[in-house]
Amino acid sequence: MKHHQHLLFVSIALLSLAALGYEILLMRLFSIIQWHHFAYMIISLALLGYGASGAVITIFQKQLKSHFAVSYTAGIALFGISAIGSFLLVQQLPFNAEEVLWDWRQPGWLLLMYLLLAIPFVFAAGAIALALSHYSDIIGKIYAYDLIGAGLGGVCIILLLFVFMPFEVLAWIGLFALLATLLAAMALHSTAAWRVTLLSIPPAIAMIWLALHSTAVISPYKELSQTLRIPGTEIVARRSSPLGLLDIVESRQTPFRHAPGLSLKADGEPPPQVGIFTDGGNMSVITRDGGNAEAFAYLDQITSALPYHLRKLQQVLILGAGGGADVQQARYHQIPQITAVELNPQIVKLLRGDYAKFSGHLYQQSDVDVHINEARGFISDSSQQYDLIQVALMDAFGASTAGLYALNESYLYTLEAFKTYLQHLQPSGYLSVSRWIKLPPRDTLKLMATAISVLKESGVDHPAQQLVLIRGWQTSTLLVKNGAFTSSEIDTVKAFCKTLGFDVAWYPGMQATEANRFNQLRQPWFYRSAVALLGDETQQFMDDYKFDLRPSTDDRPYFFHFFKWIILPEILSLQGKGGMPLLEQGYLISVSTLLQALFASLLLIILPLLFLNRGGLRTQQTIRRSSVLIYFFAIGLAFLFIEIAFIQKMSLLLHHPLYSAATVMTGFLIFAGLGSLYSQRLVEQDHAHQGVVIAVGGIAVLSIAYLLFFKSLPDTLLSLPLAVKMLFVIIMIAPLAFMMGMPFPLALSHLGQHAQQLIPWAWGINGCASVISAILATLLAIHGGFSMVVTLAVLLYLLAALSFPLATSGKNR
Amino acid sequence: MMHYFISLLILIAASSFALAEAPDAYFDARQRMVSEIVDDVVETASQLGRERLNPRVLDAMKSVKRHEFVPPENRKRAYKNRPLPIGHGQTISQPYMVAIMTDLLDLDPGDKVLEVGAGSGYQAAILAELVDRVYSIEIIAPLGKEAAQRLKRLNYDNVDVRIGDGYYGWKEQAPFDAIIVTAAGSHIPPPLIKQLKPGGRMVVPVGSRFMTQELLLVEKNDAGDITTRQLLPVIFVPLTGSH
Repeated sequence: MKHHQHLLFVSIALLSLAALGYEILLMRLFSIIQWHHFAYMIISLALLGYGASGAVITIFQKQLKSHFAVSYTAGIALFGISAIGSFLLVQQLPFNAEEVLWDWRQPGWLLLMYLLLAIPFVFAAGAIALALSHYSDIIGKIYAYDLIGAGLGGVCIILLLFVFMPFEVLAWIGLFALLATLLAAMALHSTAAWRVTLLSIPPAIAMIWLALHSTAVISPYKELSQTLRIPGTEIVARRSSPLGLLDIVESRQTPFRHAPGLSLKADGEPPPQVGIFTDGGNMSVITRDGGNAEAFAYLDQITSALPYHLRKLQQVLILGAGGGADVQQARYHQIPQITAVELNPQIVKLLRGDYAKFSGHLYQQSDVDVHINEARGFISDSSQQYDLIQVALMDAFGASTAGLYALNESYLYTLEAFKTYLQHLQPSGYLSVSRWIKLPPRDTLKLMATAISVLKESGVDHPAQQLVLIRGWQTSTLLVKNGAFTSSEIDTVKAFCKTLGFDVAWYPGMQATEANRFNQLRQPWFYRSAVALLGDETQQFMDDYKFDLRPSTDDRPYFFHFFKWIILPEILSLQGKGGMPLLEQGYLISVSTLLQALFASLLLIILPLLFLNRGGLRTQQTIRRSSVLIYFFAIGLAFLFIEIAFIQKMSLLLHHPLYSAATVMTGFLIFAGLGSLYSQRLVEQDHAHQGVVIAVGGIAVLSIAYLLFFKSLPDTLLSLPLAVKMLFVIIMIAPLAFMMGMPFPLALSHLGQHAQQLIPWAWGINGCASVISAILATLLAIHGGFSMVVTLAVLLYLLAALSFPLATSGKNR
Repeated sequence: MMHYFISLLILIAASSFALAEAPDAYFDARQRMVSEIVDDVVETASQLGRERLNPRVLDAMKSVKRHEFVPPENRKRAYKNRPLPIGHGQTISQPYMVAIMTDLLDLDPGDKVLEVGAGSGYQAAILAELVDRVYSIEIIAPLGKEAAQRLKRLNYDNVDVRIGDGYYGWKEQAPFDAIIVTAAGSHIPPPLIKQLKPGGRMVVPVGSRFMTQELLLVEKNDAGDITTRQLLPVIFVPLTGSH
């Protein structure tokens, strides 16, 4: 066996690569066929397959271990087959996310989805757990390859998604699993393993073929499905990237007429447009520019046009340029210097390539300077000052109003972001932020609260003098001026609103009688709230308001989180009476995912204990099970707490959530892998416990040090080139991850020496804790910020060090 | 042969009996649905700015056979106070919303109403109970055809259904006393506002297919000026008691 060991290690690494890749891919696939928030719920719970694998192996330990070669090889092969099969099956289920609150059958379909998708994870994790348990003398090495493989899996899938369509990547997962199966058979040198491998080849190839020949079954209620029902509408091109699947849609018969927030007094309609759908929703458009500037007059009839009327502007910065509507709006007003920032390179490529002519070469005009960058990153790096910084309306209306973004971090609307924007304004320059109108008001008021807070912090005595808020029935625009609004500007604001039928909700000196004229609400909520936020009892008002209006911060970047527990009973009592839209779904979905995960974990952890207490499995134990439970649960929670906090913290530095996730995840897994490899040496010297104590000490010191460092990332660091910053992040992560890679294999090896039969149970506990950790980290960060998450992780590591499952000479407990 | 003939006769008799009995089978369910709506609306009255729904609207809700407008597999649930899928990615709205939206239009028997988005035809049928003429446009051809046939079969002769793009309204029949747009697009089409008579009203539900967030009521006064009212179809005040 010894000389084939390296093949076994590679098979483990490849399996982990495929399993982690599958997890990321599922997130992509579900975001396309369903919605992002349900993707999150389904995948989190399917990952409990890791926990379940531990339970299954504990229960069938004897049988599986005596046929290790067969069970290990079959585990890998079945992972590959079921990874494709389960997904293809799941997307045929009649699950309708929109009906979950109406139809009792829907939660049933949801449950079936978790169960089906958990199957591949049970097989993959089961194979690894069997290997750990079978080769209990080299646990450090096996776990190292598991982690390193997973680390490479993240990068590998992200790269594949740039080149291939999601279903093709699904086929790649099948292929990786098949390769891992072959390597396992070669490593194990067993006829039975070869038999399993040969048997698995035809179904594996059949599945790969199926994946290549399948198409996504997109929910009929998604925007793209709805659009495609309109006669003459078709998808003309499709682009894949890890950021999302772009569908470019043309409608020859019934034009797109995307003009959100258009005044009811407008008389024109937009020129022909091409629709760009991201993951089957979130539509944006590219509008045809045939050279007639007047065709864009409609862009002057929306709330975000206000700043252009206040005075002649020279330099305008547009954050979130997308298909170019805001850029066209600026060009309509003949702004000489327009800087546009867009995150998604594929959209910019469309406007510079296939749709360059259609868009009148918008992104190649001499007055337009386009940057592919994340908005915050761009502005932090920029030394320029602008007359106007426009934060575009980027998210889709539907998802925004249903509260589905509650769990999405956004660094665009935090206190720190506003501070940065204001620092980049010319004297008398404007920051303009438009949002969808939600009733009762939420985001608009949170924006206002954020602006007030930043102005106060920067020493402005009368923030009220520097704010203007207007609204139509659909959108609101908040202006923050670098200086007080003049009376002539205020006259222009009033005239602009009167002409277009918009309402003023705040301007310095506004009277109550001026509110709520054109778009009448039952009460003048926006005006009254603005007055309350600007008054002396801001805190009292925010406490009394039924939605969370506290400004978000970089540490707690959940701008879209509005939910307060206090209103839950009231809303539930209004079910069926029009009350359900008031539920901020994103947050509740997360809570419900957590509860389900806790319940399932409890079962998966307790169930095997019943079997451990029976028969032969009991005899050799010399280790306290409660210690095993606390130890492996604590390190499972803590590892991901730190990893997730790092991904969030680093996305500000790396300017892009994707770069951040890829760099941090890969860095953590690979260096943790190396830590695990090193731990093997400690085990051989019988220093497992000491190793854990030292590692935990190191983790605590480094985590706290980094936490303090994050508080004030130096600007010089922010403006370094991306590659240098990525390297910096990896160097920072390396020692921390190295130590975080040690506690798991050290304790598992210790179990291997003293109570081998507990290995799969411990593996399962750790798996369950990891799933819970990922969900809990976000919920905790919503309330207490990521600093709290990291602090908790350190405490959990300390708890683990204290409860290390030491072998005792006494009888088993 | 005779045997076969008699069986056939019995079958025909049975089915015609069933046909005759069908409306009654759902009669009670329909009354229950309406009384449920009445109860719910009482609570929402302050939001809507009216004490109760117009009895004519409630009568219409009582008489239109909603089960005829849903696919067979959903018939059992036809009188539940909830939206239901009708295929083609579309839904039949929650009866509570239908009642409120119809009521907001303040219809008189002589009115001419335009509906943009016929869907199953249920809303058009309700309107047809209340006014002289209803014009309904549906962009999804199969849905529009089904709705037209269904309305004809149910003897709603005062409804005209046209397959097409609702953005430009129905120029030949304009202006309208009331317009109902069953799904909000990115904006209210300016042609529809033009086709609204002075003193006319337009209602647009805003939100997703299964959840109406708010109702937008567009009013054109006698001078032709436009104002909107944004109504939450639910009793909910954003501040806790102390304010």
